[in-house]
Amino acid sequence: MRRQWLAKRKNPLKVQYKLEKAGVVMAEKASGKAPRHLGIKFRELGLLVFIILISLLIQLRNPNYLTLENLNDLVRNAAIMAILSVGMMLVIITRGIDLSVGAEVALSGMISALTVAAHPRMHPVFALILGTIVGIACGFIIGFLVAKIEIVPIIASLGMMNVYRGLTYIISGGKWVSANQMSTGFKNIATSSVLGINTLIFIAIIVYIIFYYFINHTRTGRQIYAVGSNPESAKISGINNIKILWMVYTIMGALAGLCGVLWVSKFASAQGDTALGYEMNLIAACVVGGVSMAGGSGKLSGVILGSLLLGIVNNALPLINISPFWQNAIQGSIILFAVIVNVFVKRRMDKKTLMRRNI
Amino acid sequence: MEHREIIAKKQFDLKAFFFQWEWILVLLLIIVNIINSSISPYYMDLKSLMDATMTFLDRAFIVLPIAFVMILGDIDVSVASIVALSSVVMAVSYNGGAPMPVAMIICLMVGTLCGLMNGMLIVKFKELPAAIITISTQIIYRGIAYIILEDQSSGNFPDWYQALGWGYVAGIPIMLLVFAVFAVLYGLLLHKTTFGRSVYAIGNNITASRFSGLKVDKIKVVVFTLAGFMSAVTALFLTSRMGSTRPNVATNYEIDAIAMVVLGGVSASGGRGRIIGTIISIFLVGLLRYGLGLVNVNAQIMLIVIGLLLVFAVMISNLQVKRSGLQYKNMKVQKAENEN
Amino acid sequence: MSDYILEVRSVSKTFPGVKALDNVNFNLKPGEIHALMGENGAGKSTFIKIITGVHPQDAGELFFDGQKVELKGPRDAQKLGIAAIYQNVTCYPDLSVGENIFIGHEKVQKGTKRILWGEMHAAANELLQELGANFDSRTIMGTLSVAQQQIVEIAKALSTNAKIIIMDEPTAALTKRETEELYRITEQLRDSGVSIIFISHKLEDIYKLASRVTVLRDSKYIGTWDVDKISKEELIVAMVGREITELFPKKDIEIGDELLRVEGLGKIGFFADVSFTLHKGEILGLTGLVGAGRSEVCQSIFGILPYEQGDLYIEGEKVMVTNPKRAMELGIGYLPEDRQKQGLILQWGIGRNITLATLDKYSNKGWLKEELEAEIAKTLSEKVNVKANSIFDPAGCLSGGNQQKVIVAKLLSTDLKIIILDEPTKGVDVGAKSAIHEMMSELVCQGYGIIMVSSEMPEVLGMSDRIVVMREGRVTAVLDRKSATQELILEAAMVSKTEEPVKSAV
Repeated sequence: MRRQWLAKRKNPLKVQYKLEKAGVVMAEKASGKAPRHLGIKFRELGLLVFIILISLLIQLRNPNYLTLENLNDLVRNAAIMAILSVGMMLVIITRGIDLSVGAEVALSGMISALTVAAHPRMHPVFALILGTIVGIACGFIIGFLVAKIEIVPIIASLGMMNVYRGLTYIISGGKWVSANQMSTGFKNIATSSVLGINTLIFIAIIVYIIFYYFINHTRTGRQIYAVGSNPESAKISGINNIKILWMVYTIMGALAGLCGVLWVSKFASAQGDTALGYEMNLIAACVVGGVSMAGGSGKLSGVILGSLLLGIVNNALPLINISPFWQNAIQGSIILFAVIVNVFVKRRMDKKTLMRRNI
Repeated sequence: MEHREIIAKKQFDLKAFFFQWEWILVLLLIIVNIINSSISPYYMDLKSLMDATMTFLDRAFIVLPIAFVMILGDIDVSVASIVALSSVVMAVSYNGGAPMPVAMIICLMVGTLCGLMNGMLIVKFKELPAAIITISTQIIYRGIAYIILEDQSSGNFPDWYQALGWGYVAGIPIMLLVFAVFAVLYGLLLHKTTFGRSVYAIGNNITASRFSGLKVDKIKVVVFTLAGFMSAVTALFLTSRMGSTRPNVATNYEIDAIAMVVLGGVSASGGRGRIIGTIISIFLVGLLRYGLGLVNVNAQIMLIVIGLLLVFAVMISNLQVKRSGLQYKNMKVQKAENEN
Repeated sequence: MSDYILEVRSVSKTFPGVKALDNVNFNLKPGEIHALMGENGAGKSTFIKIITGVHPQDAGELFFDGQKVELKGPRDAQKLGIAAIYQNVTCYPDLSVGENIFIGHEKVQKGTKRILWGEMHAAANELLQELGANFDSRTIMGTLSVAQQQIVEIAKALSTNAKIIIMDEPTAALTKRETEELYRITEQLRDSGVSIIFISHKLEDIYKLASRVTVLRDSKYIGTWDVDKISKEELIVAMVGREITELFPKKDIEIGDELLRVEGLGKIGFFADVSFTLHKGEILGLTGLVGAGRSEVCQSIFGILPYEQGDLYIEGEKVMVTNPKRAMELGIGYLPEDRQKQGLILQWGIGRNITLATLDKYSNKGWLKEELEAEIAKTLSEKVNVKANSIFDPAGCLSGGNQQKVIVAKLLSTDLKIIILDEPTKGVDVGAKSAIHEMMSELVCQGYGIIMVSSEMPEVLGMSDRIVVMREGRVTAVLDRKSATQELILEAAMVSKTEEPVKSAV
């Protein structure tokens, strides 16, 4: 098994070692099924410890890591990822997937950037609203295809990803929207602060508070979990599966739309290939954060930590002299690894259940 | 015990014959050709048509095994990445000193290996849907290509290599010839062999197939390995046409492939579809692209068109499946009433 | 006010092709535990579906607390306070126990509709404590054992203020200790005023808990007795007492050499210590209640569900069967229990279904010879006398009996020595049934050995040379045709021989 694993990864020894060490900790997280509620807290604690450990290691390798400037950048990137991961988590909980997130981010970012370029005196809040509306429209369409037309999520989102990306290119006329075309107000979205906290992080916190309440304290929020956990039971119980599925993709779109504006503001540029392939980061963050691919389970705390961890990985790789070209392979390996570990854990649990039958 | 005489010869049903999906595709193909020739007066020339095929046939090679994958009821989104990886490894091997023929064989081996990996993972971890596994391997394979070549390009191939993607034999483009050969091979494989029959069986009812003794796992591994192999073939031709390669080649090829397969009549849930439909839709989509290219529609609009095409194709296929499912429930009730 | 909290009068229900309930009566006193018994297919589950509002009855009336009621759907039954407990049906494995209990009627704050977790879990815990559960309501459902999940189901029913609780085979998957716990809970419920309809095959359950017992047989109401006034034997007779009026064309032929022997076959969680033999020309009946493990044993022999312990011998030689192809090579064929999911490809024509298992025979190095295939398919389908016009008729259009014939034809296309038939005449009309029985007789005359899994007593007694009875994964009896009676079989299927807890095969 180990040899197979080595052969698959083709990573340099160092990162591989780290991944192996992470393996034990990740195994718990990726399992997605905690035995007791204490167990869940244990998993999140493990992630936190791992984050601290890995940060120390990185700091040893490159003291520039724990500088205010670097951490600021890291956290702001992670904030955007964290916001999007919430949406992805809800989609995955319903046993779906959404590969169009990157394209939705790009499209909404481009539209709002162009609008701001054309109307420089527009208040940045309107840009945020505009972006979110674009995102809602995008997500709404995908939700329709998945929930009503019953197109398998991977194909629906794959197809629409193309459409949204193509629209982004067309609207932009193939040109970038650069920093000097954007109003200062717009660019300030990412650099300003609210109540002393950077706006991006502030928005992320608000999003998490809203969704924490939604997921944990409203009926509809719980119904999302029910639909993912046992769709047939949900239907019998009278839950409107179609409405719930439609809703999660629309939420994903809304968050993508919001982040489109944030992204473009932060990087001060809107391009056709903004956020290309970004959805993979989100899937990785969710899987590492304990969201089960089989649906029905996932915690916000796990997803935050997962996003943070992935943000660190993305940020730290150049710092420890691993070229950015390794990023993809590492990311893919993380997803595959975490998902496979999940399978092994479930097989062990099923075996235990069989043994309990006492036959 | 009464004895019945049961008919064993298939009777020709004129109505059913003409009601097939493939005729609609042929119709669309004719329409596309009419539109294209109205755009360009030189279009309807045999030579220029054959030249036109060279612009899209590189995608066509993967479509054939993807049809198998989807008839099985699975999906493979990693094919484009396998194309990229095989191509990059080939270029790097050649520029690293290997003779070109050897580099080409390495390319085929890499592709086959990637496909084999996909197949093994899918079969060993049946709990995971093929979608998730191939999404991860998609990232990994292209990731490895990036590790090897970063953002550089690699090429400088020998002159004769160009002939693969640009050359002719007896007036016919080599690509078209090779594709025709593969198309025939895959068509025969799907419709005339036990292997093909097994693929249909598994796509229709995997449980009944297992109970009938079919080696389901083995067949799945073979199908995915073939997809890897054909991705490498695509890489050979694509690289030849481009003259060089980078890790970001063949982006979105998988969307094209899946769209063509579904449009060709293969249902997304598996068990149905024919090679001839897939082949017609390859030319349909390919010539559509070519025609759009004639009017200088840019690649991005093409993206949108293909994306919408995919979505609509699946929608129609879904409706078809639903309708035939209902039809046949009705037949069943009638029969049961007759028996009683 | 009536004597009865629930009364069912002359209820009948017919589904296409089969009469599920025929003029059934039933009444339930408040605060009693009333047992409902009957063989598989006697009509119990249809009865439950009618009282819980899932299906409307075709004839007859229902009375709740003296008032006539019409249940238009499950919600109506829920409102009246009728709740049913199955196993695992409506459980959400990823959600907490408390949520599972209250889903659909969560405790929310008026106005904001915010879920009041504190109150919900407190209420849930109260229920759980009453039932003596050893876990609290924040535990995740999927981590609980079957017994514990059942307690949650009971709590769920109580949370809807159920007055009538129907328990469908609650002790089927429980250990002895867990069963005693369930008894305690059930009695507690009764003492608190809930009326319970208790369905079980285990006679010890009935005698321990119930005050009255009603028996259904062949969709008809047989009778209701006070439990302390009827003996076990009389109860069994009530459940099976019918005259075997159907003729079974089982010819007496000479039983030949040993064909198949299994020794100590085991698979964790499914069956253990299973041993029996099969001879040439013999029909071995394999019977027992649903869940006894019969199909699993057969699927093990056929290689679908490979066994973990024990040995398999074919004609004296030890063999390893790891997959169905190997089984078929060794001469073992299997007719699956679920013919539509496991036996046929419904969208395909009859011919293609028949030839699916033996494609190599009509091919030349992989190349299909379609004419040869069609010819053989035609021959085989005529041999089994399928009612169809051509081999291209879709299998999904055939009646149950004809579908079964197609699968038999498929089996005949291979060279077999041993044929395993899993419920061959389930859901098959009388004409096809006798045709299948005749076919079986012919086959054993030709020297095949047949293992027939069946839940139908007349079939088992009429067709088998020897009968193996299983219960909870183990063989409890091997009976000979001459000395076997329905009562003996049912006793072996329902009563455990020992009082010891079943040991695991590890």
